[in-house]
Amino acid sequence: MSTKTQVELSKRVSGAGWLLVLAPLLLLGIILALIVTTGGGLRELAGPPVEKLTVQRVILPEPGMIQIEVINDGPQPVTVAQVQVDDAYWSFTAEPSTTLPRLGRSTFTIPYPWVAEEAHVVRLVSGLGATFDAEIAVAVESPRPSASLFLRFALVGLYVGIVPVMLGMLWYPFMRRLSNAAMNFVLSLTVGLLIFLAVSTWLDATEFAAELPAFWQGVPMVLFVSLISLGTLLALSSRRGERTPLQVSYLIALGIGLHNLGEGLAIGAAFSLGEAALGSFLVLGFTLHNITEGVAIAAPVVRVSPGLKHFVALAVLAGGPAIVGTLLGGYAFDPVLATVFLAIGIGAIVQVIWEVGKMVIRDNARAGRPAVNWISLSGVVAGVAIMYFTAFLVKF
Amino acid sequence: MSQSMRRFLSRRDFLRAGAAGAAGLAGAALLSQPSIARPLAQGPGSGHTGHSPYAMEHGAAGMVGEVDNVRNGFDPMQMLVDWDYGQVSILPNGQTLREYTIVAVDKDIEIAPGVFFPAWTYNGRVPGPTIRCTEGDHIRIKFVNASVHPHTLHFHGVHPFEMDGVPGAGPGEIATGQTFTYEFDAEPFGCHLYHCHANPLKRHIHKGLYGAFIVDPKAGRPPAREFVMVMNAFDTNFDGENEVYAVNTVGHVYARRPIPAQVGELIRLYLINIVEFDPINSFHLHAEFFDYYDHGTTLEPTLRTVDTIIQAQAQRGILEFRYRWPGQYMYHAHISEFAELGWMGNFNIVQPEDFPAALAQVGMDETWDRRSTQGATVPWRVEAGS
Repeated sequence: MSTKTQVELSKRVSGAGWLLVLAPLLLLGIILALIVTTGGGLRELAGPPVEKLTVQRVILPEPGMIQIEVINDGPQPVTVAQVQVDDAYWSFTAEPSTTLPRLGRSTFTIPYPWVAEEAHVVRLVSGLGATFDAEIAVAVESPRPSASLFLRFALVGLYVGIVPVMLGMLWYPFMRRLSNAAMNFVLSLTVGLLIFLAVSTWLDATEFAAELPAFWQGVPMVLFVSLISLGTLLALSSRRGERTPLQVSYLIALGIGLHNLGEGLAIGAAFSLGEAALGSFLVLGFTLHNITEGVAIAAPVVRVSPGLKHFVALAVLAGGPAIVGTLLGGYAFDPVLATVFLAIGIGAIVQVIWEVGKMVIRDNARAGRPAVNWISLSGVVAGVAIMYFTAFLVKF
Repeated sequence: MSQSMRRFLSRRDFLRAGAAGAAGLAGAALLSQPSIARPLAQGPGSGHTGHSPYAMEHGAAGMVGEVDNVRNGFDPMQMLVDWDYGQVSILPNGQTLREYTIVAVDKDIEIAPGVFFPAWTYNGRVPGPTIRCTEGDHIRIKFVNASVHPHTLHFHGVHPFEMDGVPGAGPGEIATGQTFTYEFDAEPFGCHLYHCHANPLKRHIHKGLYGAFIVDPKAGRPPAREFVMVMNAFDTNFDGENEVYAVNTVGHVYARRPIPAQVGELIRLYLINIVEFDPINSFHLHAEFFDYYDHGTTLEPTLRTVDTIIQAQAQRGILEFRYRWPGQYMYHAHISEFAELGWMGNFNIVQPEDFPAALAQVGMDETWDRRSTQGATVPWRVEAGS
């Protein structure tokens, strides 16, 4: 078939007929309708019913009251017949219904005298006797939006996000005095920091993802979103050619910002779970852990002077999301959005590893060193090690 | 807080860090909540959706809704008193013959409001029929297996080896569609039970194949209001732990429908424990003490003036007590977990003049009253001077 006829053919198709496009779809519709109405000869394949519920959120709105939000991510409707709290049947109400259709949601309200600072387990018992648990690790009244609490949350975000990033940036004048070799070490160290962040963000994202309702396909979603995020950033950079050092700094700040959003979510949620006391220790830990993020952001611009304005903007971009994350985690945690943001963050961090890595390799080439040498390698290892050991403060 | 968030947090191990780490840190004051929430216990009458006095007085504890007894085909209220005497005739040697037919059937039953359990049953009910006879009667039970699994009838009593109803004895397991007639003399007198002994035993028992077997002593026992209570439980998600505990199958049923009885009259319970998975069960009576006859094989109590007893699986006994004052008296397993998972009920003790109303309140009538007071296979012994 010649190229000419192909073109003509495609032209004729586009003219003649959407019908031809629709025909297979129409037939598909007919077959589906047949299977649904007559069973399509598959009746014998019908297995026992499968019930699945995922608990989305547990709220303690007031003393003596528990609320849990549930989604049905199984293949069939599920009826919640009874509710147990701590191995005791308890009265409850369901809004909108005790029966959840596939992908349906309900909120169960249980007038249970929960005990502050102690653990509880809510168990939903389905009509077929399947059970679904929601754990309350430390019972504390869920925070209600108030100006003072809002301020406290924002302050926490400030301490774990903006403050350490700014402090880290204060090494900038010092870095400017460093020799070329020392600066190569600092840039390599930045790569190491970022590798650690990429791994930890990946682990956080997959952890969220694994707990999402099944239809979200959480882990593949993390993989694809991070690949799309990485690909988009790479495509943008190759279009504009070589990046300026300041652009690299902004990219690093963006990647770190998305990572800090995840940390903020975790901390905010911890507060809403009532772990305010240990939260303060964690805040100190995160402040220390995150101080190197400022170094990573400032390192690419050592040879240029971007000015104070840009440093403030970079600090806000990298640290600000921690404030947003803390507020979201405390008030309106959404596991799906959290997973997506973390996945975007992975792509962004991997992309800056690529960018800074290129800077290190170029620097090595200019100095006549091999791409991988002891200075760069020890820098990377030192970066990973700093993050690894300061993380001891936030893992117990 | 979602599961994912919680797990995420526990991975980060926020939870075990403890407040100690924060002590003295500058951030602590800043971050601490203005006040720690202290839940208030709900007072009497604050139950929101309670159906029972229990619920009303215990901050809405208990189950929600009612079980459909008609769909189930049995009513736990009737089960308390529905003694099955069999088809009675007299053998040439003068012995009383009691003939029964018991059919094993697979059936979904509602064990708590809205919660269905794929049970294996005797005669479509759990527990199976309460077989009641007199010591020395000849018992002949035609067992029909209409279930898709092999089953047996194993009686706790005295009988020849081939009537033991276990694999390897006599006909062994009775296959689907098969029939076997178990036959023996009823002895010793007491409060006994029967159950399926097919393998695997655990499953055959906890699926619902058991029932009460009451053998009255030849001379009878003193007149009393009698009830049979089979303590059972159901593992609805098959994880080796029970989700619903009960007496006569339906969780909290006698809390929603308190059992009527009269002030001063002797109450006699035939209590049997068949709970699977848990090593023991117990019975605790509120506001009174009882005499206990372990296995019911003696005419004198084996334990006097107690208000709590424990029973291992298949252990059973007879309890006798009287209430002095009217009231809604609770009884339950004094294993609080079992009580809160369904094994809790009430007696509604009333003055004789209030008794018809108490009966009507739970949908029972004079027939039920007569069965509960005149159920013995031996006419009440008339005590000298009474």
